[in-house]
Amino acid sequence: MNKHSMNSVAENNNAIVIGWTREQMAQRCAQDIEDGCYVNLGIGIPEKVAQYVPAGREVIYHTENGLLGMGPEPRFDELDPDLINAGKKPVTAIPGAAYFHHGDSFSMIRGKHIDVCVLGAMQVSEKGDLANWSTGAPDAIPAVGGAMDLVAGVKTIYIITQHTTKTGSAKIMPECSFPLTGQRVVNRIYTDLCVIDVTEAGLLLIELAPKVSFEYVQERTDVTLINAS
Amino acid sequence: MINKRVASCAIAINDIKDGDTVMIGGFGEAGSPIELIHALIDHGAKNLTVINNNTGSGRVGLAALIENGQVAKMICSYPRTANSMVFPELYRSGKIELELVPQGTLAERIRAAGAGVPAFYTPTSVGTPLANGKESRCFDGEEYVMECAIKADFALIKAKQADRYGNLTFNKTARNFAPIMAMAATNTIVQANEIVELGDIDPENVVTPGIYVNQVIEVSKPLQESKLVKEGVVYP
Repeated sequence: MNKHSMNSVAENNNAIVIGWTREQMAQRCAQDIEDGCYVNLGIGIPEKVAQYVPAGREVIYHTENGLLGMGPEPRFDELDPDLINAGKKPVTAIPGAAYFHHGDSFSMIRGKHIDVCVLGAMQVSEKGDLANWSTGAPDAIPAVGGAMDLVAGVKTIYIITQHTTKTGSAKIMPECSFPLTGQRVVNRIYTDLCVIDVTEAGLLLIELAPKVSFEYVQERTDVTLINAS
Repeated sequence: MINKRVASCAIAINDIKDGDTVMIGGFGEAGSPIELIHALIDHGAKNLTVINNNTGSGRVGLAALIENGQVAKMICSYPRTANSMVFPELYRSGKIELELVPQGTLAERIRAAGAGVPAFYTPTSVGTPLANGKESRCFDGEEYVMECAIKADFALIKAKQADRYGNLTFNKTARNFAPIMAMAATNTIVQANEIVELGDIDPENVVTPGIYVNQVIEVSKPLQESKLVKEGVVYP
């Protein structure tokens, strides 16, 4: 997917925003998923990645409730309450799919058989720590699902997130203030403004969204970025 | 002669007693043995510890069991649903205990129990609040947390087909936790959409071998949880 066609998506949506839309973030991420990968997509924007896999690549989607070869949403007449994804939404199974139980499903994760997992984030630290399951608020009902297993076991972890919170606070920071999902687990971050790699040397900004400057991103990030764009 | 077939859900669950630990299969409504859960509500055993990935939907099935005050403790990975306030209200008022377990750790703890493994090490939850107070150890320079097996007195699960030996097949993603729960419980009770003759299930296609199963009940037209929730049904 080249930059021209990604711009046209924004025009079609009449989006008056600086940087990438949610769809464009998913589209940008999809470019980095190689042919033949086994991929687990988190709930929310990550789910959209499946719509943008570049032509000619074959990717197999894993859902932790027991299916490899997850296909798109079913037509109304194909709905089966026994065929759902990890977000409990109805899905389909592609020809060549396989069903298995939860022990096997998480062995695929824990045993490092899944190549890529794309997740959302509340906060990401300079070292690649991820917080995406709890704000730590005392009255919240804590719920973790499979997130901790995925970040601990999947080979490559991609994060798709808005660069800042709705109120404009940084989500990329020296240390996460929310309870962690995993330590030093994130490989790459796709935001509405840029793409950032987590490296030993620090956070490396490798690509800017159209019309976004390095300085604009740096102002909205609580960590000093290395500019490689 | 071995015949694990039982006439009704009520007979099957009759030996569950106050204070028992009960695993309940299902991921959301997929695989939830709703007729067995409703029989357990009718039976009334209290002070139960229940293991399920979630805490139920609406006011039927697992949510109804919790609402009926029969569950003292839930062990689960994701106790939130958009359409049920039963668990959150009891939890906030301190009337139910929660042990929150990452989903893969939950599955492995159940499988470990079924395989006679008392504990194992996993990288899941290292550096997070869910590892607090747990023993940890390094292997090849990486830190791992020790997690203990979870066994149960009973497992209630749903299958597609069963025979009188207790061999089981499942339907699509409704399989989820059922095969490992069947292994981890002292007594595994199965509601199957269909009970078939011995040999009707090709041995190559048996998912759960009958050795893990104690009782099977045919429930040919099980209730559909999401439909009941949509209709606002309250059980009992």
